[in-house]
Amino acid sequence: MNNKKNHNNQARIVNNVWTAIFYAIAILVIALLVFIAEKIITMGWGFWDTDFLFGAPSNTMAGGGIGPQLFNSFYLLVISLIVSFPLGLGAGIYLSQYAKKGRFLNFVRLCIETMASLPSIVVGLFGLLVFVTLADWGYTLVGGALVLTILNLPNLTRICEMAISSVSASVKEASLGLGATKWQTITKVLIPTAIQEIITGVILTAGRIFGEAAALIYTAGLTTPTLNAAAPLDSPVNPFNIFRPAETLAVHIWKLNSEGIVPDAREIATKSAAILIIMVFVFNIAARLIAKLLDKRFKGSVGAKPKKVKSKLIS
Amino acid sequence: MKGQKKSINYFVNEYIGKTIVTICGLLIVVATISIIAFICGKGLQSFLHGNISPWEMLTSTDWSPNDPKDKSYGALIFIVGSTLVSIGATLISTPIALGIAIFNNYISPKFGSTFVKPVLELFLGIPSVVYGFLGVTILVPFLRNQLGGVGFSLLAGIIVLSVMILPTIASISDDAVKGVPFEFLEGSYGLGSTRWQAIHRIIIPAAKNGILTAIVLGLARAFGEALAVQMVIGNTVKLPDSLYSPTSTLTGILTMDMSNTLNGTAWNDALWSLAMILLIISFLFILIIRMIGKRGMQNEQ
Amino acid sequence: MKFSGLKMSMVGLILAGALAGCGNAKDSDSTTSGSDDSKKTEASTELTGTVTAAGSTALQPLAEEAANEIQSSNPELTVTVQGGGSGTGVNQVASGAVDIGNSDVPSADKLEDKTKADKLVDTKVAGIAFAMVVNKDVKVESLTEKQIQDIFSGKVKNWKDVGGNDEKINVINRPASSGTRATFESILMKDAKIDDSLGTAQDSNGAVEQSVNSTPGSISYLAMSYLVGDKKDALKVLKINDVEPTTENVAANKYPFWAYEYMITDGEPKDAVKGFIDFVSGEDFADTVEKMGYIPMSELK
Repeated sequence: MNNKKNHNNQARIVNNVWTAIFYAIAILVIALLVFIAEKIITMGWGFWDTDFLFGAPSNTMAGGGIGPQLFNSFYLLVISLIVSFPLGLGAGIYLSQYAKKGRFLNFVRLCIETMASLPSIVVGLFGLLVFVTLADWGYTLVGGALVLTILNLPNLTRICEMAISSVSASVKEASLGLGATKWQTITKVLIPTAIQEIITGVILTAGRIFGEAAALIYTAGLTTPTLNAAAPLDSPVNPFNIFRPAETLAVHIWKLNSEGIVPDAREIATKSAAILIIMVFVFNIAARLIAKLLDKRFKGSVGAKPKKVKSKLIS
Repeated sequence: MKGQKKSINYFVNEYIGKTIVTICGLLIVVATISIIAFICGKGLQSFLHGNISPWEMLTSTDWSPNDPKDKSYGALIFIVGSTLVSIGATLISTPIALGIAIFNNYISPKFGSTFVKPVLELFLGIPSVVYGFLGVTILVPFLRNQLGGVGFSLLAGIIVLSVMILPTIASISDDAVKGVPFEFLEGSYGLGSTRWQAIHRIIIPAAKNGILTAIVLGLARAFGEALAVQMVIGNTVKLPDSLYSPTSTLTGILTMDMSNTLNGTAWNDALWSLAMILLIISFLFILIIRMIGKRGMQNEQ
Repeated sequence: MKFSGLKMSMVGLILAGALAGCGNAKDSDSTTSGSDDSKKTEASTELTGTVTAAGSTALQPLAEEAANEIQSSNPELTVTVQGGGSGTGVNQVASGAVDIGNSDVPSADKLEDKTKADKLVDTKVAGIAFAMVVNKDVKVESLTEKQIQDIFSGKVKNWKDVGGNDEKINVINRPASSGTRATFESILMKDAKIDDSLGTAQDSNGAVEQSVNSTPGSISYLAMSYLVGDKKDALKVLKINDVEPTTENVAANKYPFWAYEYMITDGEPKDAVKGFIDFVSGEDFADTVEKMGYIPMSELK
């Protein structure tokens, strides 16, 4: 009897110790993020200076900016989303509504998983082989955008598929029961209901491809021509020409760290890193805010069950 | 007449819609296959046209592609380096990730969903160059001060990677732990066990397959990571003789040499072969995950 | 609502583009005023069209600066300079993807296919001197070629054996495919072989600079273009055979460790391409060349 009580006591102590350990782990991870974010932001303090944010980079003197790189990062992101979002949505619809179980679907899933696990450097080398060399484009924005599409597509597909298939069966049946066709049901009911989750997911993945560097080194290149918005669209110096080389902010950090000869290379790199981190935060917060906003808007009007914001991203 | 038009419209709409989304699905298949085909097509060159035997590449530690007299292309050092650094990172990351998964589901779900999960998502968003940059500016000098030597080392690579793969392992383990039926826990409590006993005797074994999947995915991500590791591991062409000695990885040698070597040379071909090895290994990881998944389904039946 | 959001972001993007453009316009204005005399001499031969160059990262900053200056005096001319490494430069010019391939080594050294090499024309545009650099704690001022060979081949492992304090030598190399390393091997190492299992390797000049700066007892080699301004004080530059790495010593044939930078064209350069290459190697640009740490061609004749 006494023995058992001791045993129970001991078990309770062990239990409490482990609870403390779990708390410690959770706090440690949060502390680590705070540490990393704090380090980067204090090292790059002063990053908000407009001369720096929008100024032209200099090859020789200190005080150059990152204007073109910042612009390239956003432009590349937009172009790659224009390509990858419809594809991901389409593939998501296909997988959730049309694909029939069987060997072929199994194979499609294997392909998606393989694509999701491809090392980004391998995707970059593929881009080098196909877009840069074979297509003879050289280092271009569009090559970079296509490579980002490959990196992003598996995640987008997964997000769209999960969002659409999580719309409750009763909503779908009600629509079909009212005489809507399958396609009408998809475009008028399923997608609007799932849009909140889809948009949240897309913004989160956007934050991640914003910082991609390894794949872009081989495709979008390491340089930006001196941009001039007045130049004709087919000129390599027009900022919107997609067939021009475009160094992004993440690639710029890598380059400054490796080949930067300006005296303040280090400072520019740390400031750029701070901006990248802040962009990641902004993307995350934006995703959450938009999710909340859309949740309010669509709840009631469509009658979907409220869903938790959730994004399952692998790799 | 009108009805007929409507039905044609209906047909066209349905048909076009279905075709478009099917093409999207097929495109993924085509893209994946062409990536594999192109990389392997380039990677096999050195075995088909060069005089390098695949066996030699996989087992030799002699990598001297620039030696004027005796060129050799043994990649074992890079394969071992990549393997050690990924396994090391996974060993550090997995217990922490598991702890997080359990914390989020059983210890304090509220704190977990308001703080821990968003933090993990932010971790996932930090670009790999930034991790590498931090590694060079903070971690390497720290190791040098604590342990002496140069600081660039396998250990530095492991630490940087373990932070990078933590969100991957944690979020998938989280789902796996969440998937354990509530009755399991209740049953365990009913038998008088404490929370910890229930967790380590019932929950973790029940979520085993999902956790394994998480670990393999973490390994795969670690294996393919390029810039961050290359910046801190030292890139010495040598098998590491301790945790604190510098070495090289597959991705590291690719980032360093690919753009400086010429298309069509044996050296460049050998690098493409390394890229192919990288691709094959990441594919193997996917096959392992599928095997785990299949086993899980059999167990349930 | 969804669409207005999209529109907003497009507007933002266009604004950002315009801003980026403005920033540059401002910059090119200031360079115009700086290079007024070059404008006068160039005015007679107004250049038009587009020139694309790619390749060597060592030559890239110089080429980019030259592109900026020549474009400000020739508004109808567009020059884009890309990096990618010397291998990429030769590759791309051989395949016709760019007009100029920038390289640290003559094209024949990179190309195995001799028929291709015959078509390519190498133009020397500048010289670049390299320096042996050590961490500031190393108490050695000069090394002989023999001592350098012994250090990098692993025969000498302590600074006291070459006249310094009792401290372990930490060798830092560039990867085997690097142009800087190729120059180092052919000029200083000669028949001695670099032992790659020693020390660490860093991908680039910048990474070498950082790790020499922070690693006690370290030695490496760096292009002088990375040793201008503040960076010069962060490292210790060694003499070779008691000769300092200066433009004068290179010109007087006293300092051995330097090389030409090449711009490679498919056939003899013509029109705008010729104009650009002439500008880079010409008198008007010589001051900038020297300021950026390279050696103008006029000094090397």
